[in-house]
Amino acid sequence: MTRQNPILRVENITKSFGGEPILKGVNLSLGKGEIKILIGPSGGGKSTFLQCMNCLISPDSGKYWLEEKPVDITSKKVLYHYRQQVGMIFQDFNLFDHLTALDNVTLALRKVKGMDKKAAARRAMTELSQVGLEDKIRLYPAELSGGQKQRVAIARALAMDPKVLLLDEPTSALDPDLTGEVIDVIRNLAKKGMTMVMATHQISLIRTLADEILFMEAGFVVEQGSPKALLVPGTRSQGFCDKLNSLSGEGPE
Amino acid sequence: MLEAVSIIKGALPYLLAGSLITAGIVIGAMALGLVLGLSMAVGQVYGGNALKRALGTYVWFFQGVPILVLLFLFYFGVFHYMGLNLSAVAAVTIVLGMTTAAYQANIFRGAILALPQGQFKAASTLGMSDIQTILTIILPQALRLSIPAWSNEFSIVLKDSALAFVLGAPEIMARAKFVASRTYQHLPIYIIAGLIYFILTWAGVRALAKLEKTVRIPGYSNKGM
Repeated sequence: MTRQNPILRVENITKSFGGEPILKGVNLSLGKGEIKILIGPSGGGKSTFLQCMNCLISPDSGKYWLEEKPVDITSKKVLYHYRQQVGMIFQDFNLFDHLTALDNVTLALRKVKGMDKKAAARRAMTELSQVGLEDKIRLYPAELSGGQKQRVAIARALAMDPKVLLLDEPTSALDPDLTGEVIDVIRNLAKKGMTMVMATHQISLIRTLADEILFMEAGFVVEQGSPKALLVPGTRSQGFCDKLNSLSGEGPE
Repeated sequence: MLEAVSIIKGALPYLLAGSLITAGIVIGAMALGLVLGLSMAVGQVYGGNALKRALGTYVWFFQGVPILVLLFLFYFGVFHYMGLNLSAVAAVTIVLGMTTAAYQANIFRGAILALPQGQFKAASTLGMSDIQTILTIILPQALRLSIPAWSNEFSIVLKDSALAFVLGAPEIMARAKFVASRTYQHLPIYIIAGLIYFILTWAGVRALAKLEKTVRIPGYSNKGM
C-alpha cells in the first residue's frame, strides 16, 4: 500500500529535551489508507514522535511532506493549515471542558473552516452519530464517561476531514469496560480506509489493524515490518507483545 | 439626639449622591483593570521574554508602591507634566484602574496556568490559531475560575476608593468628612458612611457570586472534593 505516493512523509525527525535526545532521527512514510502502529517501552519516544508529526512539539530538525508537497513548518500559517489535515487523538481526551459535546465538535468547524452555525451543527451531528453519541450532544465533558469523552474527541477530529489521524494511546486512560467502545470506533475508521498512525498497547489492535509495526526504543525505530514478519519468536516486537499478553492475562497465542 | 437624627436625615441624600461617584470610580477602575489585567496576563503567559519582563516590572511597581503615593504621584506629577487636566474623579479612576490591573493580571495569569495544557494542544491539532484558542478556549475558562478572586479584588478596590477623598473627589468619604466636621456628628455620620460601603460591597459580592453560579460548567461539583 505504500507503493504509490505517500500521503504523509516525515524524514529525520530529531528532538532533545534539556540536552537529552528523545528522538534520534525517525522517518515515516504513510500511504493512503495505511495504518502504522508504534509500540515499544515507555520513554522510547512514541508520544514525542507523534507530537512532532503535527508539530505540537517542534522538532529540532526534520522534513515534512504532505501529499508530496514540502511543508514549511516554520510558517505559522502553513502550520495551521497542515494541522487541519492531520488530526490527533490524545490519551487523556483533551475535550474543551466549558463546551457541550456538540460545541466541542462545532467550534473548529466554525472558527477554522468558517462554517455557519447551522452547517457546523449538522456536520457535528453526523460525526457524533457515527460514534454513537447522538443522544449525548448536550452534555458537558464532566458529564460523560471516559469512553464517551474519547468518542467525542474522535468525532471532533474527524469533523475536520483530516487526511491522516494520529492516535496517542487512545485507550490507555480507560477502564477495561470502556476500552471496547473506543476500539470499535477505531476499527470502524480502519474499515472506512482512514490513514492512521497509532501508539497503543492494545494487543488486539496491533495484531489485527497494523499494516506495519514500528518498534521504537531510545529514540530510534529499531524494528519495522508487517505483523506477520515481526510477530514471530525472537523479535523485540514479539517479546514486547508477549509481555503485554501476560500482563493482560490473554496468554501468548 | 433629635438633632443628630435630623442632621443625618439632611445629610443622607448628600452622602448617597457621593456613593454614585464612588460606584462610578469603582466600576471604571475595575473595568480598566479587567481589560488591562487580562491583556497583561495573556502577555505574561504566551508572550516573548521581553514582553514578560516589561509586564512583570509593571506588576511589581504597582504592587510595591502604596496607593496613596500613586495617587499623588500621578495626579500632581505624571498627569500634570503630561499636560492632562483631569478631574480628581477621573484621575482616581485611572490610578486605581492601573493598580488593580496589576493585581488582576496575577489573578488571570494564575487561572490560565491552572487550566490543563492539553486543551491548547487539542485546539492546535484542529488547525486553530493561538489567538483563536486563547479567545475561545482559554479565556472563557480562565475567567470563570477567576470570579472568586476577582470578587475579592472588587471589595478591596471599593474600599480603596475612599482614598480618593485626599484629591478632593466628592465621593462618600469626602462628603462624610465634610458633613462631620461641620456638624460635629462624627460618630453617626461615619457609621452611615461605613454602612454605605458595607452595602455596596455586599451587593457587588453577591452579584458576582450569582454570576459565578450562572456560568458554572455543568458536571463540576460546587462543593469541592
